[in-house]
Amino acid sequence: MAIRKLLVANRGEIAVRIIRAAQSLGIRTVQAHSEADADMLAVRMADEAVCVGPAPAAQSYLSVPAILAAAEDTGADAIHPGYGFLSENAGFARAVAEAGLAFVGPAADTIERMGDKARARETAIAAGVPVVPGSAGRVEDAATALAAAQEVGFPVLLKAAAGGGGRGIRIAHDADELAQLAPQARSEAQAAFGDGGLYVEKLILNPRHIEVQVLGDGTQAVHCYERECSLQRRRQKVWEEAGAFGLDAQTREALCKSAADLARSVGYSGAGTVEYLYDDASGAFYFIEMNTRIQVEHPVTEMVTGIDLVAEMIRIAGGEALSLTQDQIAVNGHAIEVRVNAEDPLRQFMPFPGKLTSMRLPEGEGVRFDHFLYEGYQIPPFYDSLLGKLIVHAPSRGAAIDKMASALEALELGGLRTTIPLHKALAAEADLRAGRVHTQWLEPWLEAGNLTAATEEA
Amino acid sequence: MPDIQSPLPGTFYHAPSPESEPFKKAGDAVAPEDTIGLVEVMKTFIEVKAEISGTFDGFVAGNAEPVQAGDVLAKVT
Repeated sequence: MAIRKLLVANRGEIAVRIIRAAQSLGIRTVQAHSEADADMLAVRMADEAVCVGPAPAAQSYLSVPAILAAAEDTGADAIHPGYGFLSENAGFARAVAEAGLAFVGPAADTIERMGDKARARETAIAAGVPVVPGSAGRVEDAATALAAAQEVGFPVLLKAAAGGGGRGIRIAHDADELAQLAPQARSEAQAAFGDGGLYVEKLILNPRHIEVQVLGDGTQAVHCYERECSLQRRRQKVWEEAGAFGLDAQTREALCKSAADLARSVGYSGAGTVEYLYDDASGAFYFIEMNTRIQVEHPVTEMVTGIDLVAEMIRIAGGEALSLTQDQIAVNGHAIEVRVNAEDPLRQFMPFPGKLTSMRLPEGEGVRFDHFLYEGYQIPPFYDSLLGKLIVHAPSRGAAIDKMASALEALELGGLRTTIPLHKALAAEADLRAGRVHTQWLEPWLEAGNLTAATEEA
Repeated sequence: MPDIQSPLPGTFYHAPSPESEPFKKAGDAVAPEDTIGLVEVMKTFIEVKAEISGTFDGFVAGNAEPVQAGDVLAKVT
C-alpha cells in the first residue's frame, strides 16, 4: 500500500527531516504537536497540523490513543515515529498496524525481540555476530567463576546474574583478585537482589563505540557501512563520524556484514542500527544492541553513501522493496556530525531554553545543518536540548575536521548558550585528530578543565 | 515575605519523586542551602535552593505545573 498521507509523531529537528523526506516522495504530511509546540518549524512546514495534547510528553507525544486519534481524524495512512518517544514501543507499533495504518519501522515483534537484552544477544549469536564473551549462564561458586574467567580471559567483570544498575559489579584483573572479590560480589548480589548468582564477562578496556547502519525490506537486508560514535558524555553521543577511523578493510567488511546478516536473520524492515563495542587493542568487535529506528546521527551515513535513509524507510513502509543492492552502496569521503544542544558547556551543561534572537548558518558544498530553528523562536523547556546537527563532508577525515572547524566559526545562534564552544575545542584537539579517543575519553578531558582552557585561549 | 523564584523555565515539582513526601511543608524551618523543589528543564532536574532562612509558608506554584523563570515557587516568612 503506497503511503499518501504521513503523520509525523515527533518534534524538533527530526520532524523537519521527516517532512522534507516525505515531500521529496510527493507524500502529504500531518504534523502532530503538543500545546507547547504549536509554533515549531515542522508545524509551519507540514500540509496540516494537529494538536495531540498538553506540553508534558506523557500526555502528548507518548500518548498512544492521542496519536492514533490524530491519524484517524486527519485521514493519515501511515505514522513515522522518528527517534525517542514511541519509536521503539512495540505496543504502539502493534496498535498502528491493528488500526490498518503503516508504521514506518520494523514489525512490533522485531522491536520486542531486539529490545530485550537477553533475546537480542541470543539472536545475535544465532546470526553469527560476536558478543562480549562471558560465562555460559550463571556461576554459583568461586571455582566455576575462575574457570569462566580463564576461558574468556582477564580482566573480567563480575556481575549479579539477577542484577542491573551497576550494583554488585566488580573488576578482577587476575585469579587472586577474583578469588578475593567473588565472595564479596556474591554477598552484595544476595543482599541487593536476593540471589547470589554471578555472571562473568570479559572487560573491554576503553572500548570504542562503532555502529552499523542497516536497511531491510523484510526479506533482503543491506548495510550502509559504519559510524564512529566514541565521543560521549553521560552516554550521550556528542560528535559522530562516518566511517570509523583506523579500521582495516577486512575488519570493516566483517563488522558491516555481520550487521546485515543480523538484520536479514530477523526479517528486518526499515532503517536500523547495530551497535558494537570495538576493542582497539585486539581489533575485535562485540554486539551490544540493535536500535530499531532512525538515529540522530544518520546524516553522516547519508553524506558518505548518498542514500536518503529517511525516504528509504518511508518507501519500505509503503510496501516497496529495497531500492539498492549491497554492491551499489559505496563510501565516498568522510563525514562528521556534532550535536548543537541548548546547554552551557562551561556551566556543567546547564540547559538553556532561551529565545533565538538571530541566526547565521554556515554555507557551502558539503555543509549541512539539520535543525528546527527560526529567528524569534522560543525554545520550549519541556523536551530534550537538541537544537540542531551540524554535518560536514570532505574527501578525507583530516579535511572533514578542518571543514567542521570553519563551519563552527560561521554558525551563530544569538541569544542562546549552546555546545558550539565544546565542538570548537574538540575540532582543535590533537588526540581527536589522531584518533586517540574512545568512550572513556571525553569525560576525563572535560573534568581536567580542557574546555575552560581552550575557551580562555580563544 | 521573601519569595523563592524559579531560576529557569520548566516544570516544577514539590517532591523528589511522585511517591515521596514534599521537600518542605508549611511551618518547616528553612536554611539557605535547603532544597525546596525541583525544576525539570530539558529532561534535566535542577534543585531549587531556598537561599534564605526562615519558616516555610507553602508552595505558590502547583506540583508538576509549568513555570517561567522568575515565577514565585514558594514563600518563606
